[in-house]
Amino acid sequence: MLLIPCPYCGLRSETEFSNGGEAHIVRPENPEALSDAEWAEFVFLRDNPKGVLLERWNHAQGCRRWFNVARDTVTYEILAVYPMGAAPPALDRRRVV
Amino acid sequence: MVESYLRQSALAHLGLEARDQSGQEGAQVRLQEKVLPAAVNLRGDPSDEGFLAATHQALGVALPLEPNRVESSERIAVLWLGPNEWLAVSHDDEPTAESRLAERLREALADSHAAVTEVGESLACIHIAGPRAADVIAKGCPLDLHPGAFTAGHCAQSHIAKTAVTLHQVDDAGAAAGPGYDLYTRRSFSDYLWRWLSDAAREYLGA
Repeated sequence: MLLIPCPYCGLRSETEFSNGGEAHIVRPENPEALSDAEWAEFVFLRDNPKGVLLERWNHAQGCRRWFNVARDTVTYEILAVYPMGAAPPALDRRRVV
Repeated sequence: MVESYLRQSALAHLGLEARDQSGQEGAQVRLQEKVLPAAVNLRGDPSDEGFLAATHQALGVALPLEPNRVESSERIAVLWLGPNEWLAVSHDDEPTAESRLAERLREALADSHAAVTEVGESLACIHIAGPRAADVIAKGCPLDLHPGAFTAGHCAQSHIAKTAVTLHQVDDAGAAAGPGYDLYTRRSFSDYLWRWLSDAAREYLGA
């Protein structure tokens, strides 16, 4: 069982959370000006790194708040937790164990 | 005009009073329904001194600002649900207890950026107590209920057997009857949760 540190409630079981996909995807300011390929990139294409991934999580069966998590997709180690809207902490993004 | 309607427990069809779970000889776990809690959900900004003072005055207890904690008096318990969300619960059987509590809060918070919502009739409350109560809950709940981590006055939102539950420990493990927990769940899940808990508690019910 993975324990996720909710920034509000503390360490809780993974089963209380739901994953919200990759974080820091910014909606294009002017979607009409995009080509189909650029729009598809925004809507569908996500990073799938072997290493650190910045994700959004929701404490769905707890305080119901959203927050960001930096998680290593190889080891499942959670390297940082930070609030929505905050800039990601400095991490070695290519870290592979 | 408000129409009158039948106000009844979510577990009324189980006939719990007639069955009386309380007195079983040698039982290490006791299950009991706390009928129709008066409950009000409160949202507001805890960094606003005026909001804290107004809620303190209306509730009679200060809002718990520390995560997963409960502030309570004899009449009311205020549970921390999130950084700007609380649940005030009173087990007053009087049908207007909830609307009076909400009214007091609304009046006190008229000048604050806050929300007061009556939620008691969406909830059911199951009380589980006894020396093995934590073992029964632990069969379906990921929370650490060890007395070193979780004691009376703690609360948490989690899930038991996949059902969302707000858990409030009301009695410590040192209490005469053993630790006691109030479990608040959605009314529509309460029948399932009651049956699941009854089944999980069977091995502790004694002869």
